[in-house]
Amino acid sequence: MDVIIVNLVGVALIALIVWYFWLSSNEGTAATVTAGGVQETRVVVHGGYSPDTIRVRAGQKVRLLFTRQDADPCSEKVVFDDFGVSADLPTGVEVPVEFVPDRPGEYEFACQMGMLRGKVIVE
Amino acid sequence: MRDPVCGMTVGEGSLRVEGHPDLGFCSEHCRSAFLADPDRYLGESDGEGHGSHHGHGDSEDDEEDDVGPGVAGRRDIIHLSVEGMSCASCVATIERALSATPGVVAARVNFANEEATVEVDGAPVEALVAAVEGAGYQARPVSDDTEDADAEEEARNRLYRTLLKKFWFAAIISLPVIYFSYPEIFPGIPPKGSTALNLIWAGMAVATLPVLAWSGSQFFTGAWSAFKHRTANMHTLISIGITAAWLYSTVALLFPSLFPEERLRDVFFDVTAVVTALVVLGSAMELRARAKTSEALKKLIGMQPKTARVVRDGVEVDVPVEDVVVGDIVVVRPGEKIPVDGIIVSGASTVDESMVTGESIPVEKVEGDPVIGATINRTGTFRFEATRVGKETMLSQIIKMVRDAQGSKAPIQRTVDKVASYFVPAVLIVAVLTFMAWYTVGPDPALLYAVITMVTVLVIACPCALGLATPTSLMVGIGKGAEAGILIKSGDALETAHRITTVVLDKTGTVTEGRPSLTDIVTFGSFDEDRLLALAASAERGSEHPLGEAIVEGAKARNLELAEPDDFEAVPGHGIAASVDGHRVVLGNLKFMADEGIAAGEAEPVLARLSDEGKTAMVVGVDGELAGVVAVADTIKSDSVAAIRRMHELGLEVVMLTGDNARTAQAIADQVGIDRVRAEVLPGDKAAEVKALQAEGKVVAMVGDGINDAPALAQADVGLAMGTGTDVAMESGDITLVKGSLTGVVTAIELSKATMRNIYQNLVGAFAYNTLGIPIAAGVLYPFFGLLLSPLIAGAAMAFSSVTVVSNANRLRRWRPSFSQEVA
Repeated sequence: MDVIIVNLVGVALIALIVWYFWLSSNEGTAATVTAGGVQETRVVVHGGYSPDTIRVRAGQKVRLLFTRQDADPCSEKVVFDDFGVSADLPTGVEVPVEFVPDRPGEYEFACQMGMLRGKVIVE
Repeated sequence: MRDPVCGMTVGEGSLRVEGHPDLGFCSEHCRSAFLADPDRYLGESDGEGHGSHHGHGDSEDDEEDDVGPGVAGRRDIIHLSVEGMSCASCVATIERALSATPGVVAARVNFANEEATVEVDGAPVEALVAAVEGAGYQARPVSDDTEDADAEEEARNRLYRTLLKKFWFAAIISLPVIYFSYPEIFPGIPPKGSTALNLIWAGMAVATLPVLAWSGSQFFTGAWSAFKHRTANMHTLISIGITAAWLYSTVALLFPSLFPEERLRDVFFDVTAVVTALVVLGSAMELRARAKTSEALKKLIGMQPKTARVVRDGVEVDVPVEDVVVGDIVVVRPGEKIPVDGIIVSGASTVDESMVTGESIPVEKVEGDPVIGATINRTGTFRFEATRVGKETMLSQIIKMVRDAQGSKAPIQRTVDKVASYFVPAVLIVAVLTFMAWYTVGPDPALLYAVITMVTVLVIACPCALGLATPTSLMVGIGKGAEAGILIKSGDALETAHRITTVVLDKTGTVTEGRPSLTDIVTFGSFDEDRLLALAASAERGSEHPLGEAIVEGAKARNLELAEPDDFEAVPGHGIAASVDGHRVVLGNLKFMADEGIAAGEAEPVLARLSDEGKTAMVVGVDGELAGVVAVADTIKSDSVAAIRRMHELGLEVVMLTGDNARTAQAIADQVGIDRVRAEVLPGDKAAEVKALQAEGKVVAMVGDGINDAPALAQADVGLAMGTGTDVAMESGDITLVKGSLTGVVTAIELSKATMRNIYQNLVGAFAYNTLGIPIAAGVLYPFFGLLLSPLIAGAAMAFSSVTVVSNANRLRRWRPSFSQEVA
């Protein structure tokens, strides 16, 4: 009997892991447009990117202002591979990352080791 | 008279502007600066040039240092990057807005590099930003590389010390915990089930709590923030592992009735304490090792000079290097660092440029030669005019390029990233499956085995090793390149470079020097070489043709005394004639000699031979007699032969492209050992030639000068742009060779091969470790050999696998190119 319960719980747990880490998604935060016509969003880096999903419009300059709050060396760099930009993030310093997304789509950004992840949704 | 822009004293012959007869300018730069905004300088023409306010009046507010970050209690220079300027009038608007801010002494805005330099006396950065934004523009403080790097270093050191303290704490608690965990092994321990041992174990439960709460705190905070972001990482795995071990043990201890079987009432406090200690130690070691991977970049940043000695108001003053502006005259003494890029205006010296070019032999510099900021002046004193400052200097550009490249990804990493993004949740699933399997079909006591194997799986998996494998090697490799004067633009370029099969060289300026020089002198009759050359060179002094200049240079190299020619006459398509010291000297082709009535049949075989060698030969006649033949040719760079030989050793095919005729091209190719020659290629067709080679299935590296060859460089799989001096066309190539030598091509390819080998080693190691380690931890060997991994060993393996990866990447720091030009 307990074997069945343990296995049922196990299967449920696996389903939960799959759903939580892979299948669920979030809406994301829309970037605000500054007076200069730049789409801007502040991103806090603390064991992850907050917000980690940012919605922007295509063809308009995007500026993400990263502030790293943790001292974990994993988060010291942020890489936007698709746009060919990256930035070093010293702890406590606001660092701008700028690019112009030409085409709509989903573009990932991550720390150098790919452990911290976020994405830019271009509409 | 004083230049109103830079404050230099200028003479009567200086540059002028209309309407201001009283003003003179030291250079065109200052003149155009004045014309752009005369009002700005007119008030100051009585002696206050730009920057002359430096050093004036010390602050009275020194005691206000404690007003908080961003507020300077003394006169300070703040640099802001300004955005949104569309015209020069914006400059004035912003300068006014900044100057009107309380606590601002002076403000200058540079339209070209979109930067404001503000001298402040107590004004906080925030107020300056607000002032610029109030004027309708955007501003942001320019961060100081050196300061950021120092702060980062300090943060790392703090983290390292904290980790070490956490380790020692966990390690000290671990010792008694291990001892009392094994009453079967160690003597003097009360038997299992006794009240005495249960009390000791209860003590261990309490003692390991601070290990979890303090030594392991980063695992929990890291896991939690990752969880919030719907990701999981190493922290997730470790925190679940050590918590599960502690919880099981504590529950078994507190509620033994839940575990009917005596054997289930065991504790694993040792797993909690030891795994925490080991992983924390591993993290500390990894931190140390990782700091080393970016050492090359740190070295570059550290090379930036701090001060410059510039001439202001005719006086030499030391100013911070950020305050040097284009057009400043900078004084450099022997042993000093050259602060910015520029061109020598007076004096001469030898300069050690190894830090930028990788070339260890100091370079001679005279008036008119370019100098590079951050290189070291060795022997003489000289003055130079600053041409590039701040972010524009070569060093700043190199730093930016290296930083960008280190932040880019090698294509192979994209695959690894895909795997990595599934890795940790997959391990969590494997851990659950392991638990289920052991609980369902495992031997008795099943629950105990299930917990232990699940914890072991969680603890052994090392996503860090996987994640670190590529970027750490890339960081070291690209940094290593910069030290040798090889600037690799991206991970892409680095990875492609190791697959190159064919190297395409542009002849002129790449294989050869790109300018003709004297190669041969053949004499006839009574003339000796020096006499012949002196006459020919003297005659050619009137010529402006590069061939003539080559002959003059050749004579000067032999220290020959040259006379001033009279009656110089150039006959297009034939040659030149002039009168030198009363002798009629003619230089040209055979037809010209015939026209002059000179019998030159004897010279014909010589001309044929020289022409076969790819040289341009001219017959020399003196006073109606055949005197000799001189030949000039574009000479091969001294190290081209060795570099091409090494390319062959590396298994590369070497192709040369040139606009020259086939005979000349073949002559050069034979001398340097080139496999294939494509002659008479028009500059616009080079890209097509590269494309044709690619169509043959070759992976093509194109080596060119970066300016004329830009399309071919872009077409090639890897474009290597060769630079000379400061004119490095960094944008056009995937790889830039600061020193214009083919040995750099070899070094770049070797470096790419070494780095990729290192990356493969890391990846194979990391994948093998995880794919073998996780199943073994899950107990797949148990049914066959009865072998089960202890979670303690799993913890040790995990902690050191990532250290191993980073250390292997650091091994690359000892890599040396086969053409060793560097000293460091």
